[in-house]
Amino acid sequence: MRISAREISVCYNKKGRRITALDGVSFTPRAGELTLITGRSGSGKTTLINTLAGLLAPAEGQVCYDDTDIYRINDKQLSAFRCKNIGYIPQGASALADLTVMQNILLPSALAGTDKAAYAEQLVKTLGLEGLCRSYPDELSGGELRRLAAARALINSPSVIFADEPTNDLDSENARVMLELLKTQAENGAAVIAVTHDSTALAYADSLYSIDGGRLIGKENGYEAALCRPLVS
Amino acid sequence: MKLKALAFLGLRRRPLRTAALVIIATVLSAAAFGGQILVRSLQRGLESLEQRLGADIIVLPEGAESKVDLQNLLLQGTPGYFYMDKSVMSGLSKINGVEKLSAQYFLVSANAECCTVQVQIIGFDEESDFTVKPWLKEAYSGALKENEIIVGAGLSTRVGHTLSLYGVECRAVGKLEKTGTGLDTAVYATNETVKGLIKASAKQGIAVLSKQSPEDVVSSVYIKAADSADIDELTAEINKELDGVQAVRTKSMMTGTAEKLKVFSKSVTALTASVWGLAAVIMLSSFYLYANERKKEFAVLRAIGFSRRQLGGLVLKQSLITSGAGGAAGVLLTALVILPFVRLIEQKAALPLLLPGWFSTLLYGAAAAVTVLLTGSLSAALSAYKLSRIDTGKILREGC
Repeated sequence: MRISAREISVCYNKKGRRITALDGVSFTPRAGELTLITGRSGSGKTTLINTLAGLLAPAEGQVCYDDTDIYRINDKQLSAFRCKNIGYIPQGASALADLTVMQNILLPSALAGTDKAAYAEQLVKTLGLEGLCRSYPDELSGGELRRLAAARALINSPSVIFADEPTNDLDSENARVMLELLKTQAENGAAVIAVTHDSTALAYADSLYSIDGGRLIGKENGYEAALCRPLVS
Repeated sequence: MKLKALAFLGLRRRPLRTAALVIIATVLSAAAFGGQILVRSLQRGLESLEQRLGADIIVLPEGAESKVDLQNLLLQGTPGYFYMDKSVMSGLSKINGVEKLSAQYFLVSANAECCTVQVQIIGFDEESDFTVKPWLKEAYSGALKENEIIVGAGLSTRVGHTLSLYGVECRAVGKLEKTGTGLDTAVYATNETVKGLIKASAKQGIAVLSKQSPEDVVSSVYIKAADSADIDELTAEINKELDGVQAVRTKSMMTGTAEKLKVFSKSVTALTASVWGLAAVIMLSSFYLYANERKKEFAVLRAIGFSRRQLGGLVLKQSLITSGAGGAAGVLLTALVILPFVRLIEQKAALPLLLPGWFSTLLYGAAAAVTVLLTGSLSAALSAYKLSRIDTGKILREGC
């Protein structure tokens, strides 16, 4: 699936101040690649992936998946599209407190009307969550919650995966497992876009971008020349 | 994992919150159902009394009220008796405007071995009666013979069985429908039977009449006025023309009860409305606060792919479960509390209560439950609207 963001701008008010979170960003991550976006806190990283994931409508610009501008379709269509095609690992704890680990993981597949029990078992094993399937989120550590969020994002085998600080709260071994998992998803054809502060993640990146003051600076294949890819409409 | 189970799982994992919502719905439902049942019972009680009195004027011995509370005796069936000279009948028949008149005998069975229970015995004239017979027909359509009785619904005597009154075995040939008044424990017989019982009481050493013969007395005379007659004027004329009696307009006798009923009914309605209003506000606030608490959860669900409509459906389903359970519990609780204790409430309030029939009661119960469901749904709709407006991206970014 071809993703393209064209001249997107996002503004919001914070304590009476108008903040420009994204300022005319154009961005075209590639399928089959793990794209990393780095930047300081408050630089607009999370806002960018929320906008790309269809969760935050831009004030200006377009976000297209193939030829469809996702902010021009209705909520039902966008939600169904998100469920089927987008995997999202939010920053911080995002597990649903009323569901067990396994129920959390399987929820997107239930929403899509598919049976992914076998794949869920596989993800649980890969992410080291065996033995926790019947536990509730309040019994889990921060690292385990991150892995649970990753498993839930991947259960529908989405073609686009967004990960917001995927290695936060993880020890080095689990961070490695997480990054390898994201890399594998990319190698299997998904477009994986992750925002991170974690320098160890750079080694897994196919493309690297930096964001500052709401403006995106592209660097490809290990800090090569700055590049903003041509937009595909 | 079934998507349908999501609503139940949420409720099951938060038993305290769920219980609180169910309790609020229970209070709402109990207030709506209980209030409706009480008000309707009062209205039916009064309607039944009005129907049963059936006369425009009642003539009683002067000073009868010093012996018993007339209103209680005539309207509530509180046991009591008094007599006046039978000659009053001929005096009344001569007064212009009197279309029909019929005498009745009152007697109270003794609380002694000779009598099965202490009840009010009401004797009526088979030939001239126009007040009792029309509704006695519902229990027994034939003419009552001597020592045959029709019993009120509150007495345990079954049709075909006998009741011992002053040593006389009286056979029950019919049983009346419930009236919701003390008249439910009364016994109806012909004047001849009652006169026989008065005589029997003397043999038992219980002197109901000291000097006169039962043949020479009556307890009351019921008058139906002619259409052209002014009932107030007729009442005044009877009081003027006949000595030793007092004529009372039945409507004025009902006025006190009707007024009392109005006040009681208003109080019940006000109380019901207050409880209902308070519970509804609590329910709305609970859902509103609940919505605030769930913002993060809903943002995650949106990120997973839930549409606004699906989230609204989830909130609505949870509301229907809690308000449905509470609504049903409230109706059941009211049925368990009010229905068995209606007699006690009647006694304490000194008002006639006649419960609606089963079908009407079921309808009121269903209406109360539906009202609670609608209130719950409205609360859920407001909550769902609030949740559907959340800025998913902002909540996921800021975590609140």
